[in-house]
Amino acid sequence: MNAQQPGLADQATISAEIEKIQADTKNGDPQPRRNYSPYRSSLLRHPTKDLRHADPEGAELVAPVFGPADVDPIEADLTIQANGEPIGERMSLTGRVVDGQGRPVRNQLVEIWQANAAGRYIHKRDQHPAAIDPNFTGVGRCLTDDDGVYRFTTIKPGPYPWRNHVNAWRPAHIHFSLFGTEFTHRMITQMYFPGDPLFSLDPIYQSITDQAARDRLLAAYDHDLSQHEWATGYRWDIVLTGSHSTPMEQEHE
Amino acid sequence: MSEATRMLPATPGQTIGPFFHYALPYERDHELVPPATPGAIRLHGTVYDGDGSPVPDAMLEIRQADPTGTIPEVEGSLRRDGTVFTGWGRADTDTAGRYSFTTVEPGPTRGSGAPFFSIVVFARGLTNRLFTRAYLPGTDVDDDATLAHLDPAERQSMLTVRQSDGSLRFDVHLQGPRETVFLTFPGHQA
Repeated sequence: MNAQQPGLADQATISAEIEKIQADTKNGDPQPRRNYSPYRSSLLRHPTKDLRHADPEGAELVAPVFGPADVDPIEADLTIQANGEPIGERMSLTGRVVDGQGRPVRNQLVEIWQANAAGRYIHKRDQHPAAIDPNFTGVGRCLTDDDGVYRFTTIKPGPYPWRNHVNAWRPAHIHFSLFGTEFTHRMITQMYFPGDPLFSLDPIYQSITDQAARDRLLAAYDHDLSQHEWATGYRWDIVLTGSHSTPMEQEHE
Repeated sequence: MSEATRMLPATPGQTIGPFFHYALPYERDHELVPPATPGAIRLHGTVYDGDGSPVPDAMLEIRQADPTGTIPEVEGSLRRDGTVFTGWGRADTDTAGRYSFTTVEPGPTRGSGAPFFSIVVFARGLTNRLFTRAYLPGTDVDDDATLAHLDPAERQSMLTVRQSDGSLRFDVHLQGPRETVFLTFPGHQA
């Protein structure tokens, strides 16, 4: 069961690589490094050439539109999608989606997916021998409101092992898929929980080399959002990268 | 620099990971138009890694104009009823690294250069999303500001290739000698 797979590095090797890259980094990168060798899957999947600068035009300037016909409001509650209550810590999760200038991203699609409380995904390729919860699929969608606010009810995910190296465990996280007001805003990211002991060991989290930027992926516990005998509350705001738009264009909005 | 142009620090992106398949793909996600629609074409290809091996856990999305050059701003991309062209679609790669969209050819948009499909690529192992463009075959590269600045091999990586069945092929090479040109836009930090 716990047999070590040949060819996999141990945690000490991975941690030493993480530390060396960090030490060699003068100013941290605000976005993850695409070439990040401690994350082994990035080795053959990162472009080697610099990204080319382009002025967005045409379809890049217009985000796809989603509306009430696309998303059922019950999709925002991941705890009512089956016949019974999922196991784990129920949590209310909310926050705002804004563009680079702080303007709310209104009526736009937010999609999430996550492991269950035991750290298991409902995915045929997830062979982690942890319990499958028949009452939890770990998939949710919602639209932001007029203030750019999203809201989900879900279960706090557990950490889970993966095969990047021996004894590799992902910090507990929820995947977020986001759209902005332009297609150039499109992004997918992961939300983490404060105080996770796995952060320093995890190559995916550490692929962001700027600590302030890493901290932007942490939700905050919000006691006012917690509900008596019902759910804990977490808040996480999202700033989409890089609006191209000029002040002149803003005035005509 | 005025307040209006000062950017808030952006939330970092992260990899889509290996387990998105039960969450993001949905019924008819890759059909921007039903396959039997007059004028429908297939935009398809394979995603490759630096070894030239197919990438079976990638996901692509396209955003595009309709044949008249209009970029739709209408609902209906997730609950497709087969009548509304929303100009957006999503396709995950299969076990052979292949993706396919059923769509229509975009027309030139007002005030822009050559028509293209705007493409965003996600994959396990790819720490942040990548943007590129897929231009139509026969695009006059000198008429397009982005293509004009590329060398011939780089231009080739952004052109679709017409297949004998009329479909458009666009392979994505994340790395390697045929590496696709990926784009960054003003305001993007990395």
